[in-house]
Amino acid sequence: MSFKTTTLVAALLGVTALGAQAQDLRIALQSDADVLDPDQSRTFVGRIVYASMCDKLVDITPDLEIIPQLATGWQWSDDGTSLTMQLREDVVFHDGTPFNADAVVRNIDRSQNLEESRRKSELSSIVGTEVLGEHEVRFDLSGPDATLLAQFADRSGMMVSPDAAEAAGADFGLNPVCSGPFSFVERVAQDRIVLERFPDYWNADEIHFDTVTFLPIPDTTVRLANLQAGDIDILERLAATDLQQAQDDPDINVDSAVSLGYQGITFNVNNGERGDNPWGNDPRLRQALSHAIDREVINQVVFNGAFAAGNQPFPPNSPWYHDEIPVPARDVDRARELLAEAGYPDGIDLEVQVPNTTVPLQLMQVIQAMAGEAGINIEITSKEFATLLADQSAGDYQASQIGWSGRVDPDGNIHQFMTSGGGINDSHFSDPEIDSLLNEARVTTDASVRGESYDAAREILNEELPIVYLYHQTWIWALDDGIQGFTAYPDGMIRLEGVTLEQ
Amino acid sequence: MLSFILRRLLIAIPTIILITIFVFALQQLLPGDPLLVMAGEERDPEVLEFLREKYRLNDPIPIQYLAWIGNVLQGDLGISLRTNQPVTELIGEKLPVTIQLAIMAIIFAMVIGIPTGVLSAVKKGTPVDYAANVVALSGLSIPNFWLGIMLILLVSVQWDLLPASGYVPISEDPIQSFTTMIMPAFVLGTALAATLMRHTRSAMLGVLTSDYVRTARAKGLLERSVILKHALRNALTPIVTLTALLFGELIAGAVLTEQIFTIPGFGKLVVDAVFNRDYAVVQGIVLVTAIGFIMMNLLADMLYFLLNPRLRHQ
Amino acid sequence: MAHSSDRLRDDTEEHLAEGAVDVIDPVLATAPENRVWKKFRTHGSAVFGGILVAFFVLIALLAPILPVPDPAATDWGAVRQAPSLDHPLGTDEIGRDVLSRMVWGAQASLMAGVISVAIALTLGVPLGILAGYFGGWTDAVISRCTEALLAAPFLILAIALAAFLGPSLTNAMIAIGISATPIFIRLTRGQVLSVKAEDYVEGAQAIGLPTPRILTRYIFPNVFPPVLVQATLTVATAIIAEASLSFLGLGQQPPSPSWGSMLNTAKNFLNQAPWMALWPGVGIFLVVLGFNLLGDGLRDALDPREH
Repeated sequence: MSFKTTTLVAALLGVTALGAQAQDLRIALQSDADVLDPDQSRTFVGRIVYASMCDKLVDITPDLEIIPQLATGWQWSDDGTSLTMQLREDVVFHDGTPFNADAVVRNIDRSQNLEESRRKSELSSIVGTEVLGEHEVRFDLSGPDATLLAQFADRSGMMVSPDAAEAAGADFGLNPVCSGPFSFVERVAQDRIVLERFPDYWNADEIHFDTVTFLPIPDTTVRLANLQAGDIDILERLAATDLQQAQDDPDINVDSAVSLGYQGITFNVNNGERGDNPWGNDPRLRQALSHAIDREVINQVVFNGAFAAGNQPFPPNSPWYHDEIPVPARDVDRARELLAEAGYPDGIDLEVQVPNTTVPLQLMQVIQAMAGEAGINIEITSKEFATLLADQSAGDYQASQIGWSGRVDPDGNIHQFMTSGGGINDSHFSDPEIDSLLNEARVTTDASVRGESYDAAREILNEELPIVYLYHQTWIWALDDGIQGFTAYPDGMIRLEGVTLEQ
Repeated sequence: MLSFILRRLLIAIPTIILITIFVFALQQLLPGDPLLVMAGEERDPEVLEFLREKYRLNDPIPIQYLAWIGNVLQGDLGISLRTNQPVTELIGEKLPVTIQLAIMAIIFAMVIGIPTGVLSAVKKGTPVDYAANVVALSGLSIPNFWLGIMLILLVSVQWDLLPASGYVPISEDPIQSFTTMIMPAFVLGTALAATLMRHTRSAMLGVLTSDYVRTARAKGLLERSVILKHALRNALTPIVTLTALLFGELIAGAVLTEQIFTIPGFGKLVVDAVFNRDYAVVQGIVLVTAIGFIMMNLLADMLYFLLNPRLRHQ
Repeated sequence: MAHSSDRLRDDTEEHLAEGAVDVIDPVLATAPENRVWKKFRTHGSAVFGGILVAFFVLIALLAPILPVPDPAATDWGAVRQAPSLDHPLGTDEIGRDVLSRMVWGAQASLMAGVISVAIALTLGVPLGILAGYFGGWTDAVISRCTEALLAAPFLILAIALAAFLGPSLTNAMIAIGISATPIFIRLTRGQVLSVKAEDYVEGAQAIGLPTPRILTRYIFPNVFPPVLVQATLTVATAIIAEASLSFLGLGQQPPSPSWGSMLNTAKNFLNQAPWMALWPGVGIFLVVLGFNLLGDGLRDALDPREH
């Protein structure tokens, strides 16, 4: 009897002790991730999952400084054409394969040569990799590349187990093997992605959860209700309009950071036949629209003031922001003058395509009302995203409300949009001076030289306005009040080092 | 009866083929390029071209279709462009979830809708009738998202009675599975309950005044037995038709409910696949729904025969 | 009703057969239209339903002259404000007057509701009668096409239509109407199947009554009640569907209001501005209630057995 009682008590204790230990963290995402292969993936939420699963060569601080992660240090050659990195020596992949210089070489090779790889352009400057020692590697570049370290801080720098990747080929995403704090357990599409603690993680002391579950919950109101009901612990992208309610809840903490990206209106300047229209041909019209709108009011009305008004590809708090071109105040008279100068004193029509979700539609209706007061008659066409993207890329549009999620390096926010033939230059804007300025900014690691180039480019682009920038989203996280040690990053990622949950 | 079923099953095959051809062709006509959607912010033309070749998107449409149907005959529905998961796996994962949800919703709807409809017809013109109608029609007009979110806020956040969202497979834990489905099934079932209630009422009104019900009454049968045995049975035709049809519609139309309660179901799979132009997934879904609708319609036709003895002699 | 009797008078051949019908006709007595109207008039709830529908139709028609502000006029200082004297139904997410948007939205929503249901009825009922009455190959072809329509995801049809026809309310109504057709085909067919086996239909066939007569005289009155009920219910679904289509670029485009799209937008503001969802919800409820009561009245009035 007493023996039984003892075992029972022991069992119960064991269970409770285990219960206290086995801590699961539940994170609600706005949408489901795509394929979980760092070389093939494309979505923002996918990167949030990687932040817990796949370590990168380098990481960033909340102030966007590059800091060591798998690489402990690095040196540029004097001419900037080679980068030597020393690697952490106590790292193994989730399948037990040791991490070393050879693994880095094979990873770069995969990112550059796997036919399905989406990382090719990010790593295009690397022409050779050389193993200098067990934990030292050198990258040889075709020319200086200021963006490379920032690429290494994202998917291009994520190290996957080379053996597992070789075995799985393009199907690696079904069972990814990296070296991060948590390893992949299972994925049920649209339902959950489950990761478990990796006991051999090099920084295991900083990790305080046994499992992490990512749950895609698309509806913002429902995400918040789940947090309030205690079904989840962290949610990303709280709606700005729900901010007040979350702040008023004593059991919820809120943290936020202005994102690296932007939202704006892209004009078809020269993309196909439809580029030949007044709005594409005359920058004065685009200036008029920019003057007609009140970016602060947009922020207040649509986002309860939680986002940041903007007029450049970089948010105003960014070191790359050109301070001499501040966010313009609304000036309807100037807008009307510009219309008159361009030959439309009685007003002009503008057709804008908008993705068919609530926020863009709301935003565009606000702009429609503002522009209307300046004589610009906006016609909104709501399209589902696939159609919108296809029409935009094919030049079958006059103007398009679209944004960019943002990159750590400033180049990622401007180069491919504004240079002739740039990868995402759907506007087909082309200006030789802009090309040379933006290319120059790419090949020097000297921040002040780069800053001057970007400022000079901004001054031209602020007159040309192929994109009228509107605002910068703020990432807003809502957290259970037991969550301690969470840090908001402008890249929108959730880093779990040092994060704990007290219940 | 057996030959009837066999004939119907045989004719189902060309029907399914025609449906899949129709949708296949329609899909290709849609604006939007699956690879462009997939590429999102990273459009490397070389990679896009490679993927186009890999997924045979450059082939002429008839060739693509033949390749697809060839694979289907071997039990392979292809892989999702977006997540690389096999389509059979995706459908196998999602379909049971939504079928469970739809069945529970239908049961809710029948349990609420049919008795209220009968009651409303029997008590026609009384306050009971009016109240039942108003409740039913508000059930139809209340948007699912509103009802769903209100239920979550009240039942899960305020009272902490049921989980706010999520799904547990019935094989894992039947009771838990049932509990997570109560609210979504109720939300999904309300509009359907209204429809069934209105139809039951109307059909019952028609039958209650008919000759054979009068005869049954004249024979001195108990009113309850008259209503349930004679009248209701004859009123069931439209109800059967609707339930069969709406079951299919529920599966495809459960998107909003699934989204609010975060249930990884078929409805969301359909919508995401269409929006992402994930052709293989759409095609697989169409195949499965076509089979589903044919089965449901066959079932309904068989039920007509069972309910109406006269038809059996034809 | 008036319509069908006009046609009878034009058609002398059918007129001749009428004498023979009256003898065995258990369904319709003489001068049906008078009796129907009389019964309808005295049907209290039907009259109430009629008034409700007429009220909204009137609002939709009179929107331009009603004393409400411009439905697109924004007020940045009054965003998502609760109902007040200035804005009796509150303001929406960008400071527009909800009352005004309800009034102007009535037009798009009523049209979406009524016209798409009318399209579905005109297509669905005749096809359902054909399939059910003639059976065989006619039934097979119609039923298989119905299945095809049901199996093709509505979204694909809608996106394709949006792309090829462009955004307009008419196109949205066509899309909704077509997608609602299968339910009417199936419903009609099911009714016909069960009526076809009734003694009086078999009797009518036996005495060689022309098929069109049998269809209009015996089959149609039996098909009518469930179809009417379904039609009055589908009005609600169609009003809500219009909103999803406008999001795909097919229906009413912003800033023009419709109840469905107002409801859709309100979804994101349930916590902060519950009235945004309340009013369009109430509007749809009242319209649907009106149509349903009206339908009940019509049904009762047309039911020959009830006196």
